[in-house]
Amino acid sequence: MNIVRKIFGGDIRQLGMVAALVVLIVYFQIKTGGLTLDPNNVNNIIQGNAYILVLAIGMVLVIIAGHIDLSVGSVSAFVGIVVAIAIRDWSLPWPLGILLGLALGALVGVWQGFWVARVGIPAFIVTLAGMLFFRGANQYVGKSNTVPVPDGFQVIGSGSLPEVGPNTGYNNLTVLLGILGCVAIVYGALRSRARLKKIGAQVEESWAMWTRLALICVAILGAMFLIASGRKGFPVSGLILVVLVLVYGFVTSKTILGRHIYAVGGNRHAAELSGVKSRQINFFVMANMAVLAALAGMMFVARSTASGPFDGVGWELDAIAAVFIGGAAVTGGVGTVVGSIVGGLVMAVLNNGLQLEGVGADATQMIKGLVLLIAVAFDVYNKSQGRPSIIGLFLRNRDRNRADGPGEQTAIAEENPAESEVRSTSSTIRSDG
Amino acid sequence: MSNDAPVGAASAPAAGLHEVILEMRHITKEFPGVKALSDVDMTVRRGEIHAICGENGAGKSTLMKVLSGVHPHGSYTGEILWNGHPAQFSTIRDSEHAGIVIIHQELALIPELSIAENIFLGNEQTRRGAIDWVLTQRRAAELLERVGLFEDPMTKVKDIGVGKQQLVEIAKALSKDVQLLILDEPTAALNESDSQHLLQIMDGLRGRGVTCIMISHKLNEIEQISDAITIIRDGRSIETLRVREDGVDENRIIRGMVGRDLESRFPEHTPHIGEVFFEVDNWRVQHPVRADRLVVKDASFFVRHGEIVGFAGLMGAGRTELMRSIFGRSYGTVLAGRILKDGKELHLKHVRDAIEAGLAYVTEDRKTLGLNLLDDIKRTTVSAKLSRITDGLVINESEEFRFAEQYRKELRTKTPTVEEGVSKLSGGNQQKVVLAKWLFTEPDLLILDEPTRGIDVGAKYEIYGIIQRLADQGKGVVVVSSELPELLGLADRIYTIAEGAITGCLDKGEADQESLMRLMTKNTTRTQANAVS
Repeated sequence: MNIVRKIFGGDIRQLGMVAALVVLIVYFQIKTGGLTLDPNNVNNIIQGNAYILVLAIGMVLVIIAGHIDLSVGSVSAFVGIVVAIAIRDWSLPWPLGILLGLALGALVGVWQGFWVARVGIPAFIVTLAGMLFFRGANQYVGKSNTVPVPDGFQVIGSGSLPEVGPNTGYNNLTVLLGILGCVAIVYGALRSRARLKKIGAQVEESWAMWTRLALICVAILGAMFLIASGRKGFPVSGLILVVLVLVYGFVTSKTILGRHIYAVGGNRHAAELSGVKSRQINFFVMANMAVLAALAGMMFVARSTASGPFDGVGWELDAIAAVFIGGAAVTGGVGTVVGSIVGGLVMAVLNNGLQLEGVGADATQMIKGLVLLIAVAFDVYNKSQGRPSIIGLFLRNRDRNRADGPGEQTAIAEENPAESEVRSTSSTIRSDG
Repeated sequence: MSNDAPVGAASAPAAGLHEVILEMRHITKEFPGVKALSDVDMTVRRGEIHAICGENGAGKSTLMKVLSGVHPHGSYTGEILWNGHPAQFSTIRDSEHAGIVIIHQELALIPELSIAENIFLGNEQTRRGAIDWVLTQRRAAELLERVGLFEDPMTKVKDIGVGKQQLVEIAKALSKDVQLLILDEPTAALNESDSQHLLQIMDGLRGRGVTCIMISHKLNEIEQISDAITIIRDGRSIETLRVREDGVDENRIIRGMVGRDLESRFPEHTPHIGEVFFEVDNWRVQHPVRADRLVVKDASFFVRHGEIVGFAGLMGAGRTELMRSIFGRSYGTVLAGRILKDGKELHLKHVRDAIEAGLAYVTEDRKTLGLNLLDDIKRTTVSAKLSRITDGLVINESEEFRFAEQYRKELRTKTPTVEEGVSKLSGGNQQKVVLAKWLFTEPDLLILDEPTRGIDVGAKYEIYGIIQRLADQGKGVVVVSSELPELLGLADRIYTIAEGAITGCLDKGEADQESLMRLMTKNTTRTQANAVS
């Protein structure tokens, strides 16, 4: 156990969801006689869930900031139909159609952000209204018809990396992508280690770092070679997703904007008294969510080759489920982009595996509901024990050497009740009237 | 002593002039690490108004919580005799059943319900299982008459002012056949005329034989209405004064409240005071919700380089409101006034402007306003000025670590690593992290609101040392505190503030607890009333 902890850092529980994902894959791989890790099936899982995972990225920011967005499915559908009609009826070239869709998403985001951040209406209400409004708008614009999209447009949904270069028996670009990914991860780890050493911080033992890097690289290369051995290369929608994960992972963990989102969700008053403009943050997360919803909607339309009146029904719930399975807290301030992706993948693999096994949609729904409940219950239980959430801190803490002492939690118990008493009386005076 | 079920107003004052209704003996209450009450005695006679006085945190509220069963029997030692019999209250319900009702500072009324519904909440007037609205209204009207409130019982509570809400609370208490009414700071939120009305009502209740215990900071009101005063200091009962017999006046109460010597709880320090660099001029602030209330009334003050300036005032005097409105308008609406720094006027529209201008404000409410308890020390330290460690877009995490370590060492924060979550630290160490967060912004003026609240003595000493070092670096430090000894030991100059107005400014040499307390309790309402309306 100690070895595992050294390799992955932090608490062993934080790996719970990653472990659950691996266990699920292995279980279904055996149960389905190897169908799960068939290259085509892997491609299928990625393409069939990329749009939900794109939504989950936007949703985790919204939830970290302490809000919720119920409108994403309807916004996706609305943008999808407008783009499909624009391409068909105004003979708009499809790349311009994508730009139009993103711009429309931004417009919707400005609208919802205005009500949440400026007027101060809870996002739950604003987006519930948006859910109704944009569902209706989709059917109004499309007259409840299905509108097809051209082949070019379909690339973002069902396209794959093309075959280039010598015939190696693998899709060369896919393999190259995997190699590049591994190089980048190793380089990043070494650089941060060097910097930590330079300022005299304690760094982990090198064997632990190398073992971790080796495991990650094996996983990446394994997946890439697996996909590359199939009929098609890595899906374009997966590529879009990877780029978004990198960008948003960076924004949330390494930029001022990201810090401010966590600060607003963690304690809005304290954040404001530290100079954070919480209205701007709220506006940003809502607007950003709508843009990503627009992208997700177009990816889905591209994959299903047409936009229809019932696209996007229930997507908001899938995205929210992914975020909470991924360790975010309902009260805000906690959550990670990567955690949400892992949460989304757990749902995706579960869905796919049960389908391959021939389990009906009814039972699948029931199982998914229970998985969500159990995952969050596990998290809540851990927190009530004073431990960090499973995955909420997983990647934030990965490089850390925590001094895990048994007496770590005792300080909380030492809190002085007389003190809180004084504080409660003073706050009432201030808030009287 | 007659214990034959004296019910409410039925027991006339004639039942004996010195009949004792309540006796609390040797009450000791400990919280983990703190002795909140230590061997407290208090005797209350039937039909009197008995005031409890003491500084903030002296243990007044704790004592009342012991009496009313909020701190159940068994969680304290000592004995409560109620009408001559030992009483063991485990819940508020028990004490209410016995006829003791406590009215908290934070009114427990439900704004969306009517006055009548609130009065009979939990005690609904029913007939055959359904609420009898006729009876409810009639009885409510009777009770309202007794407290001199002439409102329709069906008016919603949110539509009447705080003063009237207070009366509704009393009516509610009377509906329960109260024998002993405890009022915690009943007039703190009221204006002068509402306060006087409330005092009249209390006087009327006394005439009907209801005993009152009143916690208050307003010494003039206590002097005016109470029959007896018990003074509590540092969790001990010091004395009980009989107002008529002992000829008590405000000065006598103050002496009882503060009568302790200054221990050497402060590091040695020689101030190096420079020029004036920060001035606030005729600062006027309106309450964020109630437009008719001024919370800061034309306050002016200045701070010099290297100077520690104290602000003394009772709770609710407007100290925090003044400081927060200066700090980027994070409280209320600023109606008038100027802020000058180094001779130039500052326009601080947002907290970020204030930080950029070299101001820092450490809040009195560490957990609600000062910290994101989900964060670790490292992230908290840099959170008020992330731009300082950002290259282009990216937060430089090794710089973050370096600064966090630097401040950890400088302030001697006790923690295994700077990656520890702030929620796991003790109060004193949390306060050091908050200080680190504001020192990281490199301020010229530090405003510290109750910097040692809820911190043990050892950590206080360290915090005082830090404050003195900051002043020696040439920074101006403003310390707001409810603890007069703290201000007297630390500050070079002390302003007093009462009801939103600055009532005085004393140099270290001329200030003592009595003179400060006199200025802090100075009644400015009458002179200011015209300005408000």
